[in-house]
Amino acid sequence: MTITIILTIAILSIIGTTSAVILFFVAKKFYVYEDPRIDSVEQALPGANCGGCGYAGCRAFADTCVKAADLSGLNCPVGGNETMGKVADILGLVAEKKEPRTAFIRCNGTCDHRPKTSNYDGVSTCAIAASVYSGETDCQWGCLGYGDCFDVCEFDAIDLRAGLGVPLIIDDKCVACGKCVDACPKNLIELRKRFPKDRKIVVACRNKDKGATARKACDVACIGCGKCEKECNYDAITIENNLAFIDSDKCKLCRKCVSVCPTNSIIELNFPPRKIVTEEKEVCNTEK
Amino acid sequence: MLKTFKTGGVHPPENKISANAKIEQLPLPKTVFIPVAQHIGAPATPVVNKGDAVKVGQLIAKSSSFVSTNIHAPVSGKVKKVDVAPDSTGYTKQGIFIDVEGDEWMEEIDRSEILVKTTGLDGKAIIQKIQDAGIVGLGGATFPTHVKLVPPMGMTAKILLINGVECEPYLTSDHRLMLEKPDEILVGTQLLMKAMNVEKAAIGIENNKPDAIQLLTGKAKDYKGIEIVALKVKYPQGGEKQLIKAVTGREVPSGGLPIAVGAVVSNVGTAFAVYEAIAKNKPLFERVVTVTGKGVKRPSNFKVRIGTPTSELIEAAGGLPENTGKIISGGPMMGKALASVDVPVTKGTSGILLIEEKIANRPEYLDCIRCSRCVSVCPMGLEPYLLMTLGEKQIFDRAEQERVMDCIECGSCSYTCPSNRPLLDYIRFGKAKVGAIIRLRKK
Repeated sequence: MTITIILTIAILSIIGTTSAVILFFVAKKFYVYEDPRIDSVEQALPGANCGGCGYAGCRAFADTCVKAADLSGLNCPVGGNETMGKVADILGLVAEKKEPRTAFIRCNGTCDHRPKTSNYDGVSTCAIAASVYSGETDCQWGCLGYGDCFDVCEFDAIDLRAGLGVPLIIDDKCVACGKCVDACPKNLIELRKRFPKDRKIVVACRNKDKGATARKACDVACIGCGKCEKECNYDAITIENNLAFIDSDKCKLCRKCVSVCPTNSIIELNFPPRKIVTEEKEVCNTEK
Repeated sequence: MLKTFKTGGVHPPENKISANAKIEQLPLPKTVFIPVAQHIGAPATPVVNKGDAVKVGQLIAKSSSFVSTNIHAPVSGKVKKVDVAPDSTGYTKQGIFIDVEGDEWMEEIDRSEILVKTTGLDGKAIIQKIQDAGIVGLGGATFPTHVKLVPPMGMTAKILLINGVECEPYLTSDHRLMLEKPDEILVGTQLLMKAMNVEKAAIGIENNKPDAIQLLTGKAKDYKGIEIVALKVKYPQGGEKQLIKAVTGREVPSGGLPIAVGAVVSNVGTAFAVYEAIAKNKPLFERVVTVTGKGVKRPSNFKVRIGTPTSELIEAAGGLPENTGKIISGGPMMGKALASVDVPVTKGTSGILLIEEKIANRPEYLDCIRCSRCVSVCPMGLEPYLLMTLGEKQIFDRAEQERVMDCIECGSCSYTCPSNRPLLDYIRFGKAKVGAIIRLRKK
């Protein structure tokens, strides 16, 4: 009995020691030099591995930064200027200043605005639904509401608003990584300049049909009437293919376009409430 | 023993309830909408403008490239507008609206019923005429026929297969056509043989249509080189590759075309259209459409002008039953649900199927239980459960290795799955993505 125990311990110790010696030499022989700065840059990055920078995760991005001669074109949208400043300090380079951005959803066709005209009963993903048909309403441009953007977002920055049919971006969580932009088969999500206090003025519509068709399909569709274009003092609004577009670089958030829009397709978000308060509409029920 | 393909296959209930309904001419609609993209390939270019008067059979949209086809006016009247309208997917597509006035045909079209057996045209001229007449595969895929008839460099066709299988449940348009126009189909087959310069042709018919087999076998004796082959009832017997396997015993290689084994496949409807184009100068502007469903008052087979709204067909078959859950264009296995009844009949519409509500909706799907039924029924020898997962997880390179592009989208896997998993939905998605990747790589 005692012998068995002693023998076991002895044999295992011998195996252990021999392996340790072999591993020691192997590690020396096959040692790969890695720039220690890669580790420190990676430490400085947020570690979300979201791919928003265009590289396969934070480590790959750190590696690229260390090897790069200058940091132009390299940007971590999640960490923003602060993080890139830290990275630049480590590498002794200068980081480009990037304006912070945020995601916009260009559809407001919630189910009380957009009547359902057909019923989809296939797989609940936007990608498949969009490939077989245009959607449950008469608007072929609008949000399908199955939440592919919600599924890819790693920052919980998208609220599906179950029952409303169109998701909402939670601005203080959105880091503008751009995953939702790629995931949306209808190209409804765009990254634009982030204004102070996350204020947003956006034409929440992408319907390029003629005004009458668009209006018939959805209460809040842009009909391309051009009123906002005339009202805007900063040339920020252009109309193309029956659809208005607000250039966020030129927009001064005056909100004049919002009040002239006859279909309320231009929406304002995160502004202090105006004096006339609109009535809250009842939430209708549709499943995810 | 009856011939059939070896791998996979299912046998859904046949439900051919409109099999005894004679082909009727549907009354002319008031307006028609003719999409310019109703075939595989580039959309045709409209050659008429708003306000133009057109006659039946007049060219209204011209083929824009080799893989494209002409479109002819199915009605006479005035062009209302050239505009966009939703097609069967709900997305808007360009097309031509015509307000119907009278029924005035182009003079050169022979409207008599007299059978014309011979033509003075040679093979090349026949192909040219088929191209001019805008003929596409009427089995549903709508591939331009003239493209098929010219084999790629270094390949020769040895046999022409005419597809009279009609393996989709419910549909009877090909069946009725074979019963009512057997001679025309046989002449059309001979014309196609002449165009391709082949000696042999076979018409494959599933054994659930004994009347058609008997009739055609009797008539085929007068036509040299045409053989009628009775096939076992098994879905998807009418798939191009399955039909070739069943009749010739040869297998089309993965990724290859039927011409790789010396075969060209055309539908019986196409053979009939070829006959009409050559012998009667009549371009393709009408086709036989089955309107059926268990709740339908008068399941029928209509001869319909292209562009007629679906609603008129349903009206003519006795109206929309109360309990309809889905309106499907095509058969229950491969057809597509329509988002609206304003969608027009196109060259590829073989049937309109009204499914009652209790069976129309898909039940919620459960987890895969690894029963491998999908693998055993796949007629292409694929592994649908795996392809579905690869589509779901978006692993497209692996999906390509697993031959996702070979899928013929017959739906046997989804049909047989005991967990009601949406196998084909994901496979089709993967196929679309892989196809895009392959096209990008070729550029």
